[in-house]
Amino acid sequence: MSDHFEPVIVGFLCNWCSYRAADLAGTARIKYAPNLRPIRVMCSGRVDPQFVLQALRSGADGVLIAGCHPGECHYVNGNIKALRRFTLLRKTLEQWGIEQERVQLLWASASEGTVLAAAVNRMTEDLRALGPLRWGEKVLGDNGAAHLVVEEV
Amino acid sequence: MKYSYYPGCSLEKNARSYHVSTMAIAKSLGIEFVEVEDWNCCGATEYISIEKVPAYALVTRNLALAAEQNGSTNLVAPCSACYLNLKKADHYLGENVDLRQKIDLALEAGGLSYQPGSLNVQHLLEIIAVDIGYEEIEAQVKRPLFNLRVAPYYGCLVPRPAAMGSFDDPEHPTSLDNILKRLGATVIDFPLKAQCCGGHMTQISEETALELLRRLLKNAADYKADMIATLCPMCQLNLDAYQDAVNAHFGTDYKIPIVYFTQLMGLAFGLPADELGFGSEIVSARPALEKITLEEPKPARTRERGKKKTDLPLPTRPEEG
Amino acid sequence: MTDQKKSPAEQEKVGVYICHCGSNIAGTINVEEVAQWAEKNPNVVVARNYEFMCSSTGQELIENDIKEKGLTRIVVASCSPHMHEKTFREATERGGLNPFLFEMANIREHGSWATNDKEAATSKAKALVNGAVERVVHHAPLEKIPVDINPNTLIVGGGIAGITAALELAEGGHHVYLVEREGTIGGRMAQIDKTFPTLDCSACILTPKMVDVGQNDNITLLTYSEVESVEGYIGNFNITVRKKARCVTEELCTSCGICEEKCPQKVIDENYGAGISYRKAIYRSFPQAVPGYPVLDKENCTYFQTGKCKVCEQVCPTEAIDYEQEDKVITFDVGNIILATGYDLFDARQIPQYGYGRLANVFSSLEFERMVNASGPTAGHIVLRDGVTEPESIAIVHCVGSRDQNHNEYCSKVCCMYSLKFAHLVHEHLPDAEVYNFYIDMRTPGKGYEEFYHRLLNEGTHFIRGRVAEITDADRHPGEEGKLIVQAENTLLGIQQRTPVDMVILSAGIEARHDAEDVSKLFKMGCDHDGFFNERHPKLAPVSTMTDGVFIAGACQGPKDIPDTVAQGGAAASQVAKLISQGTVLMEPVRASIREEECSGCRICNTLCPYNAIEFDEEKFVSRVITALCQGCGTCVAACPSGVIDGAHFTYTQVMAELKGVLWDVQSDVLTKQEVA
Repeated sequence: MSDHFEPVIVGFLCNWCSYRAADLAGTARIKYAPNLRPIRVMCSGRVDPQFVLQALRSGADGVLIAGCHPGECHYVNGNIKALRRFTLLRKTLEQWGIEQERVQLLWASASEGTVLAAAVNRMTEDLRALGPLRWGEKVLGDNGAAHLVVEEV
Repeated sequence: MKYSYYPGCSLEKNARSYHVSTMAIAKSLGIEFVEVEDWNCCGATEYISIEKVPAYALVTRNLALAAEQNGSTNLVAPCSACYLNLKKADHYLGENVDLRQKIDLALEAGGLSYQPGSLNVQHLLEIIAVDIGYEEIEAQVKRPLFNLRVAPYYGCLVPRPAAMGSFDDPEHPTSLDNILKRLGATVIDFPLKAQCCGGHMTQISEETALELLRRLLKNAADYKADMIATLCPMCQLNLDAYQDAVNAHFGTDYKIPIVYFTQLMGLAFGLPADELGFGSEIVSARPALEKITLEEPKPARTRERGKKKTDLPLPTRPEEG
Repeated sequence: MTDQKKSPAEQEKVGVYICHCGSNIAGTINVEEVAQWAEKNPNVVVARNYEFMCSSTGQELIENDIKEKGLTRIVVASCSPHMHEKTFREATERGGLNPFLFEMANIREHGSWATNDKEAATSKAKALVNGAVERVVHHAPLEKIPVDINPNTLIVGGGIAGITAALELAEGGHHVYLVEREGTIGGRMAQIDKTFPTLDCSACILTPKMVDVGQNDNITLLTYSEVESVEGYIGNFNITVRKKARCVTEELCTSCGICEEKCPQKVIDENYGAGISYRKAIYRSFPQAVPGYPVLDKENCTYFQTGKCKVCEQVCPTEAIDYEQEDKVITFDVGNIILATGYDLFDARQIPQYGYGRLANVFSSLEFERMVNASGPTAGHIVLRDGVTEPESIAIVHCVGSRDQNHNEYCSKVCCMYSLKFAHLVHEHLPDAEVYNFYIDMRTPGKGYEEFYHRLLNEGTHFIRGRVAEITDADRHPGEEGKLIVQAENTLLGIQQRTPVDMVILSAGIEARHDAEDVSKLFKMGCDHDGFFNERHPKLAPVSTMTDGVFIAGACQGPKDIPDTVAQGGAAASQVAKLISQGTVLMEPVRASIREEECSGCRICNTLCPYNAIEFDEEKFVSRVITALCQGCGTCVAACPSGVIDGAHFTYTQVMAELKGVLWDVQSDVLTKQEVA
């Protein structure tokens, strides 16, 4: 790793608003941090907390969940369910010593390319300041050696 | 509310009435002004165009002093030219690294330093209209200025340039209109409110300056204004002191007193006229002030929609302030 | 990728295709490097890069490789799936594979266009391609779900776009619900006097069409009504409309107009009258209104405000006035929706230095349009605000609020032409008046438009090229007294010019409706950054939206003149007619299903579903998805504590594999040893 740390962010973007917001950001040639790696889901309500945990375990430094604004969900209220899960998940992560900034929830409508780009920039800055996640150390407390054991059990 | 206060040279001399009236209303409004100690001239309107580095150094020294003495992070200047110079210096030092390095060196020689953006430079009009607000002004009014027709004159420096972030519309500001309305005055829709008074043009090309002044006086007279309320010592001086010269040059007979808006505020707040610097103006304000009545005048009829039977309705404008 | 174990997935043969999109992708991303790198993935049999994957040659590459190399999975890395997923699925299918055995990596919108950093873009592209490869091996063949198209159509907005679309469909034998917010259809075109460049009388060509709408049995006309809710999806929308109480019993009203005549309450007509004329509290916007019955405006009605009056009730010969009438909520089903909600005029009060609202004789273009109309407040006479004085000189200011970074950056497209029309109408009505047109650029693209400009040049209009700085009544020089002075730089002569005139007309631009954003939310489609409705593709799908079954027509999509608006109305109608004649449409098979044998019957999913698509089998004590109702959001999938709900095409395995794929470069060894479920 070079001395300059570039965080990796996994983005779960809902098909109807946020994925299109990212499309729009591109079409409008808005330049933003290339640190986001988007994964399309139909609805932010599809984001299983396990996806987030797996992303952090698999080396991501942060996870961005993005959906339609409350009241604008393509599926009525899937985003509200995402919000509930997010709130609970954040509490859990906090107990493991994982900083709040690492998992963020964003509302970005299909016309808000600028909002999405700005959020990615902001989050990238946040994570640059925090440094790498080091899941093994943080959650398992021993440089990840125990992790191997856990995985094999 | 507490502000660092930069009076500038004018307020020490020719615009003394601006200073005393500002201090008087500050008391009524509960504003505390802490004068920046050891301040120097801002260089006025020309210096910055002639010798950039010394001019900026001159202005920035005041910023550095204000920041260091820390009366408040809000620095207020009643003079439009001082305000613009201070604001410009703060703005461009933040943008222009090369300039900043030079200014830093200059300040360092005097044992000072200034970080652009650390002060919020405001004009007196802004803090009264925005920070204090129209409601509070109205609450202080004890002797409304009924029947006094006032032309609100902003001059060219305060609302512009919009790029530096203006608190009012750069082409058609309304904050002074709103303040004067709250005082009970009849405010004319002064079309030239944001145009130039000529500045120091009186010293360079009197002909040009007199024409600019003539326009302002003529327009105010056309609208039957009893006086012009200003917020800039330069504007006041030009319109007041050169009114005779305008009359002589154009064969006109304007006698329009030019007062500071703070003087009118003080008057409406019930403060005695002599404590507000009235009397120091060249075109006397007395005849105009004598027109003030206790009775509220009937609303102007020109703005009524469909006045005559044949009239077409006028588009409405939302009332501001 | 260092995975040693043999997973079933690894036996798949993946073909990867990296698109250059000309220089759109290849200019930023090293496509060759990505392709060479992708080929190293043990699942990848072939990885190519090609200039335009969406071209027929590009698609043939995929088809041929499937046949020749026996590929079982396809990944294309190019633009957004919203752009070309369909194209490549079809290519995959033509090659002989199930179209869902395809996955797309979006390396253009999310990649090359989002950064200038070539290295970072290339590395991001690798991650996205790898995610797609890892995901696609877990794809399962799926079949699209056919749904029937309800042949009825909802059209929102009764301007010329909505009228055209409604008549096209209705005359083709399809039923249409035409919903209009105002009391009558007609829209903006009904306000206009003459149309450019032919100078046809607007009402003369519009009103016969309005009558046709009123008389067509296939059209249910709902005026003074607004859509309240929209549920469902293409082919099967359920619509709720609020028909506001107009306090007139439509069955009894004969449209005689006596109520309007006798009503004592005069109100400024801000809407149809553009604020320059009066109407009554009970009114029809204009005599040819369709439908012909009036609307009672409760806010201005003396009876509703003071409890006294009831003049209209007394004079009505058929007892049609009903003060107790209540709003009606109507629901119906349609298969498709066309939005034709039109535009708002830029409010010139936002530019205070132009004096609109301060200086009496500054008029907005719509005010002038009404004034010059024979049915307007002055019966077509051009006069100053005093209602009697004819102006001797008129300035027409182009681009008010348009081509202006402080307001709208875009060109409103119609203002040059209507400003020329105004100049012509002034010459016609007041032959001795001087007319000055202040323009930035003269924009006259359209059939006969440039010729019209030339005609005006010969009619003696003064054309001054320069944006107006201000309009003031502050006279400075002799000859300016009592006039409005238009200050502008004449950029052709390079001089500042002060033009004293009696009257100024501000040619205000076109803006999105103030509530366009709310409407777009109601119909679940998007607005662009100027607030206009977003079309699916700016060139190739101008009347479609991102939501299937919802179409747009006219100025709600962007500034447009009448011919373009009519063309779009027709285009939207033909899109709908196509779907109706198809009868069915194939829906994405993204649906949830429950593995009943593993379901514990906890019923958590039952209440989560926003469509009530999950039922509970009391006998078997398991939950079951009703596929016809399921919309595929996946909320239940994420919530099932036993993990026994599968969200087709977005399964746990697929998403986890993609996740692992995109993180290929940061995964620790520890974790790559872990099997993905």
